[in-house]
Amino acid sequence: MSLLDLTAVELSEKIKAGEATVQEAVKAVFTQIEAKEELLHCYVSLDKEGALKRAEAVQKRLKEGELTGPLVGVPVAVKDNLCTAGMLTTCSSKILGNFVPTFSAQAVEDLEAAGAVILGKTNMDEFAMGSTTETSAFGITRNPHNPEHVPGGSSGGSAAAVAAGECFFALGSDTGGSIRQPASFCGVVGMKPTYGRVSRYGLVAYGSSLDQIGPLTKDVRDCAAVLELISTYDKKDSTSVKREDTDFTSALQTDVEGMRIGITQDYLGEGLDQEVKEAVLAAAEVLKAKGAIVEEFDLSLVEYAIPAYYTIAAAEASSNLERFDGIKYGYRTENYEGLHHMYKKTRSEGFGEEVKRRIMLGSFVLSSGYYDAYYLKALRVKALIKKAFDEAFEKYDLILGPVAPTTAPKLGASLADPIKMYLGDIYTISVNLAGLPGMSIPCGKDTTGLPIGLQLIANCFEEKKLFRAAYTYEQAIGGFHIGKEVR
Amino acid sequence: MANIISDETIEYVGILAKLELSDKEKEAAKKDMASMLNYIDKLNELDTTGVEPMSHVFPVQNVFREDVVVNGDDRENILKNAPGEKDGMFIVPKTVE
Repeated sequence: MSLLDLTAVELSEKIKAGEATVQEAVKAVFTQIEAKEELLHCYVSLDKEGALKRAEAVQKRLKEGELTGPLVGVPVAVKDNLCTAGMLTTCSSKILGNFVPTFSAQAVEDLEAAGAVILGKTNMDEFAMGSTTETSAFGITRNPHNPEHVPGGSSGGSAAAVAAGECFFALGSDTGGSIRQPASFCGVVGMKPTYGRVSRYGLVAYGSSLDQIGPLTKDVRDCAAVLELISTYDKKDSTSVKREDTDFTSALQTDVEGMRIGITQDYLGEGLDQEVKEAVLAAAEVLKAKGAIVEEFDLSLVEYAIPAYYTIAAAEASSNLERFDGIKYGYRTENYEGLHHMYKKTRSEGFGEEVKRRIMLGSFVLSSGYYDAYYLKALRVKALIKKAFDEAFEKYDLILGPVAPTTAPKLGASLADPIKMYLGDIYTISVNLAGLPGMSIPCGKDTTGLPIGLQLIANCFEEKKLFRAAYTYEQAIGGFHIGKEVR
Repeated sequence: MANIISDETIEYVGILAKLELSDKEKEAAKKDMASMLNYIDKLNELDTTGVEPMSHVFPVQNVFREDVVVNGDDRENILKNAPGEKDGMFIVPKTVE
């Protein structure tokens, strides 16, 4: 049996029991990376030498009894928009192509303090703007289930790396579905936690009021274990929320008796692929058979979520990305006449097409004369969407639906029509607008063998309900077996 | 109503966004932005009279902390990222004539 067959928590148990070493685990992953990476390109940068050194240090601390947690010695991949001290952090953009942070994101620090070993940085849509990982300045990532298809995005490299066994788990970020959708397309477990649950310190900001860091894993237990580690209150992030209920692994129970689950009819209508719909409804039946009370309801306002989201996200992006000016770090253009020309040329050459599109839209909706009509209007609609969820959660513990309208599209099929691509986010973005936790777990495959994802949504800070339902489903179907089939 | 983005508007957005666009890019941006705004105009179907704009989903207040230095001097590593550096300083284009 290969170490690669193990989940993150299983691997760590084996290491702690002295049946494997951290170095062996890192070497096993790199063997897999070397076999697969040329085809899939999950990573933007890899640090084999550093990983082996870190593995040795972790092994030593383990021996000395300093490390005892559930993820000691586990090799992890980190999305390239999370700062890693001393390691390139590019956001898959030319403008940050040579940027080496002097500090690490809080979530990365939490993992390293717990003895996880960072392997490298995963590919993504440039600045997390995209749904396919095709807007990366450093080349596309392919879907491990079928290399002619996209892995989803923007955390496409992280999802593909987990699916292909090129890491034991990964961190991603989710602004409008960027963890859940690639998790769905690559057939892995992904969670976007409640806004404020995980510190955003060191996450390169895209839409600050929507961004949240979360895990991509091989099973539900790993997902709970990772979230438990990174849910730390952080004074460095003023939106970090102090909570006591972070013992997520305690919610891993096969018990949904009496749990009220609402299926949004709005998510099952026009545009939804028939095979996806059948798989999602079949998953609901599994939970029903385990005692959950499942019924359909109308969430309303669903079609307004996308225009509200793109207004708010673009506005925040235009403001957040102002910092990339070619002065203190990153790319600077070679020839220019004066300061302002240098700024403009640097940014025009450094940013890709989709990023520029959103910066321009954002600058426009925030400009004087349009601010009220577009930006404030979108924030008012956001309030209505939040209210619709509040009302739904008075009746239901969880909302169940698809993650995306289809399985992974073919490479090159999405970028030509931005609005059509944005429509693919219809089931995921409301969750970000309302700050809710949402989870994607595998629930079958279509006839071409591409994975289908089931989305579970809970009220703010009720991740435990997600874990309980997801774990019950996973156990009922006999596990997800992520990574084994693709290898 | 269909939005039409004028040359002046796209110039102005270019200034705000600090982006230099070629003529070809400008034409594409005009089309792109018009179609995005047509789509966003869907929000006007909703009556939001009396609805407060929601910038944050939780009722959190400003979070304050003492302004104390907690990080060390990392000048050398920070300057390693600079596109232009001299004698411990960033090199920038001349800003005052």
